[in-house]
Amino acid sequence: MTEQVFTNLTNCGPVSVYVNDGVVTRMRPLVADDEAEFRPWVIEADGKKYSPPKKFNLAPMVHAERRRLYSDERIKYPMKRVDFDPDGERNPQNRGKSAYERISWDEALDIVSSEIARVKKKYGSSAISGMTSSHHNWGIVGYKMGPFMRFMNCLEATPVFDNPDSWEGWHWGATHTYGFYWRLGMPEPFDNLQDVMKNSEFAVFWSNDPDTTRGTYSGQESAIWRTWLKEKGIPAVFIDPFHNYTNAIFDQAKWIAPRMGTDTALAMAIAYVWITEDTYDKEYVADRTIGFDEWKPYVLGETDGVPKTPEWAAEESGVDARVIRTLAREWASKRTVLTAGARGGEGSACRTAYGTEWARMMVLLQAMQGLGKPGVTIGGISMGAPADFETWFPAYAEPQGRMSHSTKAANYIPQNSTKQRLWRLTVPDAILSPPVEWDGAGFCGQSLEQQFEHFVYPAEGCSEIKLWYRYGGSFMGTMSDTTKWVRMYQSPKLEFVVNQDVWYNSETRMADIILPACTNFERDDLGEFAACGGYTTNSHTGNNYRVIVREKKCIEPLWESKSDYQILADLSAKLGIFDEFTDGGKTEIDWAKAFYNCSDLAKTLDWETFDKKGYHIINAPEDYKPKPSLRWFAEGRDCDTPDTGNPKRGTDKAHELGTYSGKIEFASESLKAHFPDDEERPVSPRYIESWEGHHTTELFEKYPLQLMSPHPRFSFHCHYDKHTDWLDDIPVHRIKKDGYAWWPARMNPVDADARGIRNGDIVRLYNDRGSVLCCAVVTERVRPGIAHSYASSAKYDPIEPGKADSVDRGGCVNMLTPSRMVSKHAPGMTPNSCLIDIAKWEG
Amino acid sequence: MRLGMLIDVTRCSGCYNCFLACRDEHYGNEYPGYSAAQPLNGQFWMQMKEVEGGKYPRPRLNYIAIPCQHCQNAPCIDAAKDGAVYRRDDGIVMIDPEKAKGQDQIVASCPYRVIYWNAELQLPQKCGLCAQRLDTGDKQPRCVESCPTGAMAYGNLDDPESEISKRLKEVDPEIFHPEYGTDPLVAYAGLPGRMIAGEVVLEGSDVCAAGAKVTLEGDGVSLETASKTFGDFEFERLPQNKAFKVTVAADGYTSQVFDVKTHTDVDLGEVVLTK
Repeated sequence: MTEQVFTNLTNCGPVSVYVNDGVVTRMRPLVADDEAEFRPWVIEADGKKYSPPKKFNLAPMVHAERRRLYSDERIKYPMKRVDFDPDGERNPQNRGKSAYERISWDEALDIVSSEIARVKKKYGSSAISGMTSSHHNWGIVGYKMGPFMRFMNCLEATPVFDNPDSWEGWHWGATHTYGFYWRLGMPEPFDNLQDVMKNSEFAVFWSNDPDTTRGTYSGQESAIWRTWLKEKGIPAVFIDPFHNYTNAIFDQAKWIAPRMGTDTALAMAIAYVWITEDTYDKEYVADRTIGFDEWKPYVLGETDGVPKTPEWAAEESGVDARVIRTLAREWASKRTVLTAGARGGEGSACRTAYGTEWARMMVLLQAMQGLGKPGVTIGGISMGAPADFETWFPAYAEPQGRMSHSTKAANYIPQNSTKQRLWRLTVPDAILSPPVEWDGAGFCGQSLEQQFEHFVYPAEGCSEIKLWYRYGGSFMGTMSDTTKWVRMYQSPKLEFVVNQDVWYNSETRMADIILPACTNFERDDLGEFAACGGYTTNSHTGNNYRVIVREKKCIEPLWESKSDYQILADLSAKLGIFDEFTDGGKTEIDWAKAFYNCSDLAKTLDWETFDKKGYHIINAPEDYKPKPSLRWFAEGRDCDTPDTGNPKRGTDKAHELGTYSGKIEFASESLKAHFPDDEERPVSPRYIESWEGHHTTELFEKYPLQLMSPHPRFSFHCHYDKHTDWLDDIPVHRIKKDGYAWWPARMNPVDADARGIRNGDIVRLYNDRGSVLCCAVVTERVRPGIAHSYASSAKYDPIEPGKADSVDRGGCVNMLTPSRMVSKHAPGMTPNSCLIDIAKWEG
Repeated sequence: MRLGMLIDVTRCSGCYNCFLACRDEHYGNEYPGYSAAQPLNGQFWMQMKEVEGGKYPRPRLNYIAIPCQHCQNAPCIDAAKDGAVYRRDDGIVMIDPEKAKGQDQIVASCPYRVIYWNAELQLPQKCGLCAQRLDTGDKQPRCVESCPTGAMAYGNLDDPESEISKRLKEVDPEIFHPEYGTDPLVAYAGLPGRMIAGEVVLEGSDVCAAGAKVTLEGDGVSLETASKTFGDFEFERLPQNKAFKVTVAADGYTSQVFDVKTHTDVDLGEVVLTK
């Protein structure tokens, strides 16, 4: 038996893959050839030196990657729905219900390519649409942004805009307060760690669980930072209806648990205390912000007769007034870091009705305390380590990191002239009951104006969608009000549905043809750990070390699976667009080399050497000089951070923010210019009662529990759930009972007792939108009146398959969440404005 | 040389990396002379025990990682026939995957319940501290390698310069279940105990009551703490099933006294002191 070791990279960390006789036997965190390749940075604080260990730290599920690779849930062969006949009865009404039969690759490719050709000829290319799921298997050659987008652009299909599903309020709200639209509303993270370690005296974690969300792609790299902060003894509060897992680590922190959707009221009361007690940074407010005097009367109650006192906020939020007042005083009297989401901004509180107002208030509160001054920042405590910022390496979220757009890696770039667009959240509505309209061009990272662009589907001169090409299939567990996806799939208006994926996911069995793709362990690729580029430039600062990894094909594709690129190349050949799609016949290795050779790394390390070694660590410079986030702005200097997306950087306006005024805006100039009379996202932020919460009396009486469904801890959204059975032995993730792995739903003993529910009972979470079965976890860690169950179950398991209103056993609680958007002109999802009730399930 | 581990509960973030890395090392992989392949279900050689303590709104969550304790007075060695369980020179307690066949009494002998029965192979199985790796050059077991927070330390207990010896000096090491009397080579720090907590509220005040004096007496101890910024106080790591007297006092207010028994964690809720 000869053991081979390959390097590879996942969306949660780099690995060494051990292969014996063509079988993967183990996967470890990438083992460096020599420890000396790591040169740890040092942060000095309080006379102590802090340095990360010389190793890579994976997210937990990556340790189970081998199990996922060989999962029984893999799509092993091309499949056809048994009652689908492209030349006869298509039976779309049976999608989600009927069985599948194995077919050959030839037959599958023939059907898919001839359907593409037929629909294109009959309706035009705009009748074709499709989209990928997020956070697909890592690697810039094979990542979802590359081959799929290139293929769809070759077809000139209708693109679907993604909604900023993890940070809606920041995208649609905070951008109008402090700019950063080029980071989609999140603040720059640079040197956050150093600044917090050295300068912060108090940490406010608001709707943030960095130990669970891990700086998105950085695995457990930042876990040690939080250990340092805990051991340093930094006083902290956690504002979250759930006593989250980071809060559990900071066991001496104060847990403040408001009702869902009332965070903005809390924030207003904090501002009220500062204004009335004269404890805000008046000089900063005068010099660095505008509109304070327009907004202040609202806080004081001069405009609506309601002073936003702690007592008022206590009524709204259920948090005692004395706690709110004490919090406000602590915050003002200490150098305070606000940590309000994985990337500084994010968090469940921003995915609610009027979540824009909370995100805007987070920025404004810090502005009142001098945002950017030492220790007074907004950061996630999961990004912002010292790092090298000079070496550019392509990443998936930037055009040069996608084979669809990279002029450096490709000779030919296909142009898509189709003007029509879809909005991810309303794709089912668009299919079932057009027309649909919305504002905003998806991820609005190019300008604030992109948010004001109005879209109508179907677009003039374009066709409704007839062919839906789905790549991945997570939406039952990730979008909102998701039973409508079932209804969409069963619509005869979708004449053909194809699904391409590695594993069976919640939407897979709603396709007519299923195509088996392979993982990144079965193909060649390369990439950088945690670096997505684009709107999150330098996201590798969530790591302790930058590392570029050659993702080696460790084994041949299993069963009859093929790489996504190969599948699309095969289809392209059938469609007569092989050269266009493959850029003249490029293999995956050719693409990998092309991407590598356009990187800065290639200037000092040739492909052959890199390919042989398999990885390259880029250490922070020895003479590293920290340039903390927004310090330049606070000090009135030009932007000196490596925030390369900042369009004012390097211009004569480099000292300005990305707002219209260049300052922090208590009254937003961009909203004033475009939607001056919007009562739902007013020019100055306000607390607005949720359209689904404790004030909606009739509904609240019927469904008295607020469902909170944040991002999950032991899967990456849907990835790894369902396909990695070892995770089912982790009770935070799933709970095994009677031979089934149930999704947990957490509730306070008060609510459980009132319903006769005991820990471990199977319960039904329900409202008018659906019913989902979960395993009850009765815990002191949720506020009474709240049910906590993570979003992102990959298992959609309807008791009556094919019925949209069937009870789901798999735990897709997103079925219960509302379709309604953040507000009229802010089309973000609002899963955390959701009323339900829970009953014991007697089956 | 005695190899050992330190598991620092206060540093554990509950990420389960150790739990999963252990499965990756052993599931389906046979290491001749060391261990048979671990089956899919029911065996967790690195067990994770989640302990929720306290009451709303002052809960606690701790995780106790429980591998084989590699006892120096190991009941499993005594229970085994034909030397099927043995101690290596470096202290690692090993189950011989050949000799141990059919010996289910080995499973029952372990008070920590960290020996598992493989019904298919008729074999007791457990953590061997990744001896198969340590013998071929790896520096630490897979669980320790995967730990992101340094909650696990490993090394030679008899070398004062080893990582584990240094770490043991920094903490107050404890034995998990000392009453078993098995003298483990695995040490712990920060194991949770009972907790008594509450919040001091001063009547008529519109802010939280920091700095109130809270004392606890009983079971031969006398502890004092002050309420924290938000008025909360807690005594942690107390013994189970003992009686304590808790006194809450603030200058100018009437003290309150509580008799508390630690059958469970106790939260006194809002303790309102009046003038």
